[in-house]
Amino acid sequence: MSFDLNKPLSFVRQYKLQWEQAQQAWVLLYPEGLVKLAGSAGEILKRVDGQRTASAIVADLQADFPGADLKQDVLDFLEHACFKGWICHD
Amino acid sequence: MTDVKKDIAAPLWVNAEITYKCPLHCVFCYNPLDYATTFDRELTTEEWLKALREARELGAVQLGISGGEPLMRDDVEIIVAEASRMGFYVNLLTSGIGLTEKRIAAFKAGGLDQIQLSFQDSTKELNDFLSSTRTFELKQKVAKLIKQYDYPMVLNVVLHRQNIDHIEQILQMAESLQADHVELANSQYYAWAYKNREYLMPSREQLQHAEAVCNRFRERLGNRMKLYFVAPDYYEDRPKGCMNGWGSVFLNIAPDGLALPCHEARMLPGLQFPNVREHSIRSIWYDSQAFNAYRGDSWMPEPCRSCDERHKDFGGCRCQAFMLTGDARNTDPVCSKSPHHSLITDQVALAQRLVLRNEDVQPLIVFRDDKNSRSFAAD
Repeated sequence: MSFDLNKPLSFVRQYKLQWEQAQQAWVLLYPEGLVKLAGSAGEILKRVDGQRTASAIVADLQADFPGADLKQDVLDFLEHACFKGWICHD
Repeated sequence: MTDVKKDIAAPLWVNAEITYKCPLHCVFCYNPLDYATTFDRELTTEEWLKALREARELGAVQLGISGGEPLMRDDVEIIVAEASRMGFYVNLLTSGIGLTEKRIAAFKAGGLDQIQLSFQDSTKELNDFLSSTRTFELKQKVAKLIKQYDYPMVLNVVLHRQNIDHIEQILQMAESLQADHVELANSQYYAWAYKNREYLMPSREQLQHAEAVCNRFRERLGNRMKLYFVAPDYYEDRPKGCMNGWGSVFLNIAPDGLALPCHEARMLPGLQFPNVREHSIRSIWYDSQAFNAYRGDSWMPEPCRSCDERHKDFGGCRCQAFMLTGDARNTDPVCSKSPHHSLITDQVALAQRLVLRNEDVQPLIVFRDDKNSRSFAAD
């Protein structure tokens, strides 16, 4: 699974990210299942909007959470999400 | 919204079995044997919407609309649109029979998220025999319609002894229909499938062949077509973590309004399953005797009680334990630690020895139909 830092990322068609008040969590919904996301995973995936690239998502998170060295973790997670078939770049 | 019991997680997944009516007569159906008794007591549209609203307020987010064949009801469009507005991710589980272009257009407009289409097999003859109807061509048309309306195509093929050797053709068919997800789950032996267990359980050799073919398709197609292959749990030596634990995630609502922790639980003795007509989903989920009966681990006898895997598989399936051992609290006999494990291994041994020709088996199979159901209900 090649992963391009500079192409916009979007959700694969049948995947839907939704904030769940009752669970106080981001939930990823897809055919036949759901994943309740940990806080950091939710913060990353909610920035996947079909416009932002992986690099832009990292920059955005660094701006919102200054002082944390999160670049590699974020990229690893995005690559993992790509590998799982949740998100993709065209 | 805030006074939920801290030790019980909210339901996430609701399966609405809106009717047990079905034009098919599948031999592996998991609907209860006496399903026909629900026909004159089905929930109304308003009763469904009330139950779904209450479940959504508790935090449920996945909704399956299933049956029977859900399209036998003419209010699916309303239920889909309202549930979608409530914020559910709405799945329709259908055989495709009754899915006209007009209906699919209404579902799309109403916000239906996805459609799961079941196929019995890739060949017309077996599809029609196993579902006891002539539906194969119709399903292919429906599959095209699903694509046309830009839905991901989720195909569900129930595998068993009579069709598993056709796995190559099944997957070719799935690929040609541009399926996105293909679920190839062996039938689980409940209800009608339990009645037909000998004729449905594949041999080990059949399973190995099927998995090898699956792996080849996986390697070639990657994420383009996701394949899920599920072997019968009888071939395992640890039980499935059924429903992720009793009353943990999953809420099934039967056509007559009975709230159940799984599709099969209606069969279990000693439990008073509450009806959504009389009780709120909140009280059903948190307070009812039935939903608390097998929650957590305090109900477990040995060998589960002291087992370090008890929070992984929850002792397996209560219904399977009941069907096979007569006591729902027993360890699921799939577990090699169960004193009843030979009930499983004997059956598996039989599946290796049996040499059954289709033409010999076919007269022995019990079809899921209203006449058979009424006779089971009368027993």
